[in-house]
Amino acid sequence: MTEQPILEALSICKQFGDVRVLNNISLKLGRGTVHALLGENGAGKSTLVKCIMGYYRPDDGQLLFEGREAQIVSPEQATALGIGMVYQHFTLIPNMSIAENIVLSRPNLPAVINWPAEISQLEQRMGEMPFQFELRRSINSLSAGEKQKVEIIKQLLLNAKVLILDEPTSVLTPTEADEVLDKIYQLTRDGKLSVLIITHKFREVMKYADDVTVLRKGEYIGSAKVADVDPEKLAKMMVGEETLTQAPSRASHKNRRCVVQIDKLTVNNEQGLAAISNLDLELYAGEIIGIAGVSGNGQKQLTEVLGGQRAPLSGQLRVNGQAFGASRREMVEHQFYCLPEEPLRNACVANLSVADNIALRKFDSPAFTSMKWIVKRKAIRDFALDLIQQYKIRTAGPEQNIGALSGGNVQRAVLARELAQALSVLVVSNPCFGLDFKAVADIRARLLEARNQGTAVLLLSEDLDEILELSDRFFVISGGQLVYQTTPQEADLQTIGRYMGGH
Amino acid sequence: MLKTVEIWCLSLGALLLSMLLIAAFIFTTGNSPSEVFHSLYRGAFGSWFSWQNTLVRAAPLMLTALCTALPARVGLIVIGGEGAMVVGGLTAAITGIAIQDAPSFMVMSAMMIVGGGCAGLWILAVGALRHYRNVNETISSLLLNYIAIAVLNFLVVGVLKDPATLNNPSTYSIGEKNMITSIGDSSVHWGLVYGLVVCLAMWFVARRTTFGFAADVTGGNIRAARLVGLPVAKIVLLSCFLGGAAAGLAGVIEIAAIQGRANSSLNAGYGYAGILVAFLARHNPLAIIPYALLLGGIQASGGLLQRAHDLPDATVAVFQGIIFMMILSSEMLYGRIKFLQPKSMIS
Ligand SMILES: Nc1ncnc2c1ncn2[C@@H]1O[C@H](COP(=O)(O)OP(=O)(O)OP(=O)(O)O)[C@@H](O)[C@H]1O
Ligand SMILES: [Mg+2]
Repeated sequence: MTEQPILEALSICKQFGDVRVLNNISLKLGRGTVHALLGENGAGKSTLVKCIMGYYRPDDGQLLFEGREAQIVSPEQATALGIGMVYQHFTLIPNMSIAENIVLSRPNLPAVINWPAEISQLEQRMGEMPFQFELRRSINSLSAGEKQKVEIIKQLLLNAKVLILDEPTSVLTPTEADEVLDKIYQLTRDGKLSVLIITHKFREVMKYADDVTVLRKGEYIGSAKVADVDPEKLAKMMVGEETLTQAPSRASHKNRRCVVQIDKLTVNNEQGLAAISNLDLELYAGEIIGIAGVSGNGQKQLTEVLGGQRAPLSGQLRVNGQAFGASRREMVEHQFYCLPEEPLRNACVANLSVADNIALRKFDSPAFTSMKWIVKRKAIRDFALDLIQQYKIRTAGPEQNIGALSGGNVQRAVLARELAQALSVLVVSNPCFGLDFKAVADIRARLLEARNQGTAVLLLSEDLDEILELSDRFFVISGGQLVYQTTPQEADLQTIGRYMGGH
Repeated sequence: MLKTVEIWCLSLGALLLSMLLIAAFIFTTGNSPSEVFHSLYRGAFGSWFSWQNTLVRAAPLMLTALCTALPARVGLIVIGGEGAMVVGGLTAAITGIAIQDAPSFMVMSAMMIVGGGCAGLWILAVGALRHYRNVNETISSLLLNYIAIAVLNFLVVGVLKDPATLNNPSTYSIGEKNMITSIGDSSVHWGLVYGLVVCLAMWFVARRTTFGFAADVTGGNIRAARLVGLPVAKIVLLSCFLGGAAAGLAGVIEIAAIQGRANSSLNAGYGYAGILVAFLARHNPLAIIPYALLLGGIQASGGLLQRAHDLPDATVAVFQGIIFMMILSSEMLYGRIKFLQPKSMIS
């Protein structure tokens, strides 16, 4: 690459409190290339790109944009320069239209906005965009995949020359991910766009990226041309010589005991439409049942009902033969635990400490209380310290708010909480979202371990590979109904694909 | 630990800044800020006499502040302390009048149970409307204030009116023997001790009990609370009930320690000032105590400021408003000041 890079970060350092998150990180993004940024959970990837965006202020280091030094102190300024970012979490304003969202994020907005002119201008430019949208649609009505596409065209319409994507595909199905990345890849080929993408998926790196940079625990490990590396080499760069957790082999259980019976379950979604209708399902001890399907086919509502976050419209849920209403007492009595996706939204309290969040299931159990009512803070802390070490959660300490952890570390903390007890039923939804491959191996091993111990596991996942690897048998969910059942051994990908797409 | 240091530093900083703004305000009225501050201090804490005045005002503030602070811990912004205090005082007065010949110990207990209980139910209704019907709790509690005051006015000029009270219509008296006495030979009554004890008890409940923990979880993220099976409805309703009962107790004290009968002194603004105290204390029941003293002191000095410096009687409200704004703005700074952040322990 003789040409000058469009964006260059030199020796960036960043500290939070006295935790060093970035230590002398440098990165060169070539014009018209796709550059992948790899690293374990908590390696500092999001922090690095937030420093580039002016969202955080680096303690030390320099940024060069188009060869000139740039002092970026705010995201607005980055936008004005032509650097746009799609964050790990959605940033669209839900009850506004697509057009409003795009116009409002423009820097130097005039005090009075001429909406008709703005909209017609946007409409004219819509033709050049990789994805087409009706600009007046409200964000509320979009699916996760569509939102991600809107986030991207928003940046393009703001004239981004550099697009930074933080784990853009973790909310997408593999097909959607390919569609989005294909389009973005095409845009970079004529040199108008350069992309810096954070991802945990080697497949995406190998297929779409030109260059790759690897971070490990805040240190710069190296950069390379993708053509010169293979996934194995990348994995080694990411984690060093550490070995992956080996998945235990499947123990076979002699007597099949039915633990959970779901009978004619019907659930409505927020709009009052049927999300799940007449669903029957039985879970057996020592078996992992998978539910595969495209997101938005009722998986969310099913997890919510099982987790006690939503009341079903009709139908019955029985655990060990007794009706189950998801109260705390019943959960403890039947050892029935549920872990939904998006842990920060669904499963923990962002402004409480890591320790408190880890104790959420147990703070009122005898081991953590004296005289039944009084919480033993020290016991909670010790318990959390233990799990933080066991599950390698990267945190400044048990007192840190869980909201300040990296995405993958939040997931680990919550998984630690759910798996750290005797389990007889476990419902998990997309447990490996946003985790690096080492953590994925670790978590999958733990799920199999639980199964071998006799836990009935229900695994809802949009990642078909995960279902094929973990489940004993699985269903395809489509339109709120289980439309197909098979086992990983007999599975035929084409048939499954047909059922996932709604026959 | 460091979190507490951060709270202290930021609160003190905000108070200092508000003193500067208050000084600027005093300056515009043509007075010398240092003299006014001196009078403020004398009127609030300068002598045993002014201390007594401050303490008497701080007692109900501690209790009405809890009416905002406790529901706030489960995520509800309730501003119904004024109404709850009226309900508590009014029902307590009715009880006291009805059984005034019983032993005074029994009259007192009955007044506290009925007054606290009714006011608790009053705010519990706010929580129930919010929880089951999604009615905005701030608006409903505000409107309930007006209803409570209207009922009070209706009764004190109507069926409950003691004809002997002409220019300040009031109910009949609960009887001299049933009143709360003063502490020693001061003018401070035992109601102050009730306020202190209730604040301390609520602090213990919030910090150390499973209920307090569950309330923090519910307030922080109700979806997570449901996921771990916490009885969310019960927690929300009980928090509202406790808050209402505390404000109701303030009403009982106003009746039993000061007025001896229910009248418009029940809605003299303690409920609204309590909102301020709760926010200053960041809804921490222990921190409510010093802030109630501070606000009680500012109010106590109002008279002296008027007499000595010819300041309008709204001055005290301006001071309170400035402090309120500064403390609320300081919220923004939490987690942003480097040397106040927790140090790492493991990596
Ligand atoms: N605002 C903050 N305050 C304190 N610590 C923080 C803050 N933001 C991030 N950290 C810490 O910095 C480290 C790096 O976080 P970062 O979000 O950059 O990780 P990441 O590489 O994006 O990981 P993931 O793959 O899990 O998203 C983490 O250990 C995290 O706890
Ligand atoms: Mg990240």
